[in-house]
Amino acid sequence: MPSLSIHAGGLDLNNPVLLAAGILGTTGASLCRAARAGAGGVVTKSVGSVPREGHPGPTILHVECGLLNAMGLPNPSYKEFQEEIETARAGGAPVIASIFGSSPTEFAQIARSLKADAFELNLSCPHAEKYGSELGRYPDLVESVTGAVKAAADVPVWVKLTPNTADILELGLAAQRGGADGVVAINTLKAMAIDIETGYPILGNRFGGLSGQAIKPVAVRCVYELASRLEIPVIGVGGVSCWEDAVEMIMAGASAVQVGTALLKGYGIFEEITTGLSRYLERKSMTLEELCGLAGRRRS
Amino acid sequence: MRPINSVIEEVRSEAPLIRTFRLDKNLDPAPGQYLMVWIRGVDEIPMSFSGPDTITVQSVGKATQALFHLGAGSSVGLRGPLGNGFILRGKRILLIGGGVGTAPLAFLGDQAKGAGMAVTSLLGFRSKDDLIFQERFEALGDTIITTDDGSLGIQGRASSGLKELNLFDYDQIYLCGPEMMMWDIISRTREHAKKTQACINRYFKCAAGICGSCCLDPEGVRVCVEGPVLMADRLLESEFGRYRRGPAGDKGPCRG
Repeated sequence: MPSLSIHAGGLDLNNPVLLAAGILGTTGASLCRAARAGAGGVVTKSVGSVPREGHPGPTILHVECGLLNAMGLPNPSYKEFQEEIETARAGGAPVIASIFGSSPTEFAQIARSLKADAFELNLSCPHAEKYGSELGRYPDLVESVTGAVKAAADVPVWVKLTPNTADILELGLAAQRGGADGVVAINTLKAMAIDIETGYPILGNRFGGLSGQAIKPVAVRCVYELASRLEIPVIGVGGVSCWEDAVEMIMAGASAVQVGTALLKGYGIFEEITTGLSRYLERKSMTLEELCGLAGRRRS
Repeated sequence: MRPINSVIEEVRSEAPLIRTFRLDKNLDPAPGQYLMVWIRGVDEIPMSFSGPDTITVQSVGKATQALFHLGAGSSVGLRGPLGNGFILRGKRILLIGGGVGTAPLAFLGDQAKGAGMAVTSLLGFRSKDDLIFQERFEALGDTIITTDDGSLGIQGRASSGLKELNLFDYDQIYLCGPEMMMWDIISRTREHAKKTQACINRYFKCAAGICGSCCLDPEGVRVCVEGPVLMADRLLESEFGRYRRGPAGDKGPCRG
């Protein structure tokens, strides 16, 4: 079987299929379980500087083409989270801490205090006031937050980008200028659903983020645009639910992929994707490096 | 799946803070499974079934208080039935319940009796004023009642009733109640853990097995989809009875 191990975004990974932020990432035990189930790396639930309970329910909703969610960044604060990271490390895969804040200083404070194998900056959550995409849609803020965390941390720093913008490439270039070791694209698309019986918006927060199958073509396009222009690696996320999706995302230019909504099918998804990817590479007599960005190299 | 609209057909007061809501939908649940009930404009909360079309609710916070303000004719949104419920096994079964946790056991007992099983119940309440479903359990078979204040039955916690029973007589034991009451039973009856099904509670946020807020240490069991009914032997070496995480994911003490 061809090797799936890679070096991406400053990390050595056994395989390029990672657990995405916000999915089964609240406890060290569930992160560890994802790693033991075959994830090449695991990203934690986003943690901030103070405890948050998140939005009232409903917090998720299955729609025809994917999943809507508005969790609202529930987390116990970074001060309570270190032990979860230590537990997660027992799974044997790198643990990437997703962090959020409302300013470069707040991000840097968390990055200075928390120990993890890498940081993923949540500059893209579409449904939390004062956080996420409220900063992340401004290229100058993306650059200054990234710069502040790079100065504070001695581990790789990835920046997770929002697709809720006219030009995601501007955001990717800003992250690169700030010194990011990689960008992660994409977070969810801002969305909503309404209960037609009563007119109530269904999500407790009214707005949420759409993930899953519906957003994969958007994610593939974003990854393609970013990978074509950036010098730092792109980690592709958005609707990856089978090995074929992973191949497509890697062909678009992703060095690695993250899986989120597809965990609805259970932890077996990691092995399913890595096995399929291995067999594909074997059949095509290709390496992961050759697959990465193939679409950008195809010309008529 | 969008929430299903459901009209509340009847509201029955069971005890000062406990009411049963009969819904216009029979969603064919298994006892022990749960429903996410959306009280529009307030919150969405998990509730156990006390019958095929009923939920029995204790008022404990903002969302349940809001539900108590809804009368017959009001409507709620429903997601479910969700999770893994109790599985009936054997010929003689024992139900051990505490407080509002007796609700799914009453539903299970009805099914067990219908299937010809012999049902014995051990029920614990704070006092006789908090008692619910007494007649329903007594119609199923032998019923032992304990109250913390001794106002009815044996004085003490539910475990005080264990001395009246020989647990080896039962093929399967079914447990539901406040966490410390359940832990009290499980830790005193370790040799029966492999035949004890416990319906437990954790903080459910997504109820779809992906957010991780209900995961149980140390295995990371996703209680909302792998439970809420789990075999007690899986709980013995877990966080159960020791601590639980709150809405923010922080560890805190177990209640009850």
